Amino acid sequence: MSEPARKEEPEAGLDAALAKKFYYDMLLIRRFEEKAGQLYGMGLIGGFCHLYIGQEAVVVGMQAALKPGDQVITAYRDHGHMLATGMDPKGVMAELTGRATGYSKGKGGSMHMFSVEQHFYGGHGIVGAQVPIGTGLAFSNRYKKNGAVCLTYFGDGAANQGQVYESFNMAALWKLPVVYIIENNQYAMGTSVERSSATPELCKRGASFDIPGEKVDGMDVEAVYEAGQRATEYARSGKGPIILELKTYRYRGHSMSDPAKYRTREEVQEVREKRDPIEHYGARLLQRGALREDELKGMDKAIRGIVNTAAEFATESPEPSTDELFTDIYA
Amino acid sequence: MSTQILMPALSPTMEEGKLAKWLVKEGDEVRSGDILAEIETDKATMEFEAVDEGRIGKLLVAEGTEGVKVNQPIAVLVADGDDAEEPESVAAIQVKGAREETKQQAEAEVREEVARGKPAARVADDTGRAEAALADMEVPEGTELVTVTVREALRDAMAEEMRRDASVFLMGEEVAQYQGAYKISQGLLDEFGAERVIDTPITEHGFAGLGVGAAFGGLKPIVEFMTWNFAMQAIDQIINSAAKTRYMSGGQMGCPIVFRGPNGAAARVAAQHSQDYSSWYANVPGLKVIAPYFAADAKGLLKAAIRDPNPVIFLENEIVYGRSFPVPKMDEYLVPIGKAKVLRAGKDVTIVAHSICVGQIVEAAEKLAGEGIDAELIDLRTLRPLDTATVIESVKKTNRIVTVEQGWPICSVGSEIASQIVGKAFDYLDAPPTKVTGKDVPMPYAANLEKLALPTIDYIIAAAKAVCYRN
Repeated sequence: MSEPARKEEPEAGLDAALAKKFYYDMLLIRRFEEKAGQLYGMGLIGGFCHLYIGQEAVVVGMQAALKPGDQVITAYRDHGHMLATGMDPKGVMAELTGRATGYSKGKGGSMHMFSVEQHFYGGHGIVGAQVPIGTGLAFSNRYKKNGAVCLTYFGDGAANQGQVYESFNMAALWKLPVVYIIENNQYAMGTSVERSSATPELCKRGASFDIPGEKVDGMDVEAVYEAGQRATEYARSGKGPIILELKTYRYRGHSMSDPAKYRTREEVQEVREKRDPIEHYGARLLQRGALREDELKGMDKAIRGIVNTAAEFATESPEPSTDELFTDIYA
Repeated sequence: MSTQILMPALSPTMEEGKLAKWLVKEGDEVRSGDILAEIETDKATMEFEAVDEGRIGKLLVAEGTEGVKVNQPIAVLVADGDDAEEPESVAAIQVKGAREETKQQAEAEVREEVARGKPAARVADDTGRAEAALADMEVPEGTELVTVTVREALRDAMAEEMRRDASVFLMGEEVAQYQGAYKISQGLLDEFGAERVIDTPITEHGFAGLGVGAAFGGLKPIVEFMTWNFAMQAIDQIINSAAKTRYMSGGQMGCPIVFRGPNGAAARVAAQHSQDYSSWYANVPGLKVIAPYFAADAKGLLKAAIRDPNPVIFLENEIVYGRSFPVPKMDEYLVPIGKAKVLRAGKDVTIVAHSICVGQIVEAAEKLAGEGIDAELIDLRTLRPLDTATVIESVKKTNRIVTVEQGWPICSVGSEIASQIVGKAFDYLDAPPTKVTGKDVPMPYAANLEKLALPTIDYIIAAAKAVCYRN
């Protein structure tokens, strides 16, 4: 499949403060995930842990296109989304280590975290199940006429689940304010899009519901941001749902225990070298004069500090009290 | 400053592994994301990446070494321009210690619970319920009783709650223009409009999930399934999304939603359209499950369900829809969730049922009375939380129990009641707890076979006589 063309460098570039924020937010997710991987290796994080490394430009660009009150929902590769919505790295990391100070008091783990405050509605462990739920959040927006849009993220794997199309149909029928974001990282666990999808152009999957779709370079944060602005404006205007297919790539395995033998080391290396969303964006900003080398280094240092603090917090916090076993089942 | 690189755990179950191959050597500079080594776990060979930047100061484990324990140092990473030999200590060991302590504490608590005779199978929803708060609402003397069908009672409950709370809405197949496949929503479209009474496509999985999302978004959906048989398409959303989210979010987010529709056998519609899901949903922590029989309970419990902040499964019955019963004419008639009702006091045997089988036990009790057996009847009304206290009190008096339901016998509601009675009132029993259930077969179509597959009044009478040791 052909890669979407990288956008031509804009003359003046983006507002410098926003550009810096993009770089910072992406790097925070990268370093956070690397640390999570390390803590997993030390046995401090258990179970399943799906890292977002490689896909950072997607959530960072999309989040910047949102207005206050807009909602976000995704599946289980969710740490990046949580950080992008403004959730505290300490609380997220402490949930990963299953501690009382985690967002779900240690009872949800990597795949099940929520923040009503930041309008982040999970963190869902069943492939595709978040799609009708996100559609329902959009339904509640229309019902309340609050003008909010729900960003409903799912992967190329979930794009083959039946409930996605049930949702498309209802969202189009009722003109719900929802943006469906297909994060196409090209592998549904170990099965490539070509091996799993009769029509691999996922942005066209809304065609039979008359839902417009657009393919976006998900490794280019500014391209994502621009597409995100167009899409949220479309959904907010009452025209109904819209689909964005973000072509991206995950560097790590599906989960920590995936040796990723379904692709070559060279394939991963090539993406890292040629399309890495952070490295390339940093270089662009330097070239554009939006950032200086020492600023980049300073950001990296500050982020490492934040991530180390989060890791310490997450390993030093106590596990939930045994009383918590029977709480939060009923209101 | 230098850092130890530790042998990583690369699967949820890995405790040790083989350091198959080093991809770096001493003196190499590494950056985050560089592959350091290949490690063989019990399942696969994995690549192991660097997190921190620096220079490999020393490789501590030779490649090819087997049985390297997780968290054992395998290399030392030295920061640029630094040769310090003392590696930074790692907090992991300390944390492991803390975990061990919690584990011991938990084990001690379990031992104590068992020693105190508390049942090990603690139930999520029976803690701290004040009995007084669960008493049925006082109906003032002189209140007019109006005879209505169960169908009308359900409709009135929804209409009253929709008038009271603008965030309540109804969605499902044929609920609006068609006025309900079973006419439960008759008149609601006219009164509340298409914004609040919503015809869905035939898409159970999708609209159940959409309902969950609407509840997350602050609304109070009533989702009608044309029958509960079709809700099997949606059961993932009901259980994984609706029931579990409060727990998984540490109490931050709940799902105030009612899923309702007819449950159990209708008549001559065969296996795929005749199933009782009572015990399926009653099994799930996080759900409340209601299965009323009388019109007053249908109304009062549905109103309570719509106001409840938890996901509620409301199991109706198609054959019961048309039956008429008195309902108190009151502005506000609510029935508490989680409270069974003693329908008839008796001394010889306790007979317990829910939904349509309540009608059968009432009839059976009259016949039994004619034969000198005085039955006490309990309508469970709610299956989760199950009002075991009322059932146990009754058994302490009658010393015998028969449970009646349409569901299959294995892991049935009756199985649970029998287990509770044996655990909590064993010494009072004069006969084994006995179940009358649907037969352990898919529902047959043929009229004669269908009749054999469901509980009948004759079965109930026979079971009651058997536990009373009468012929």
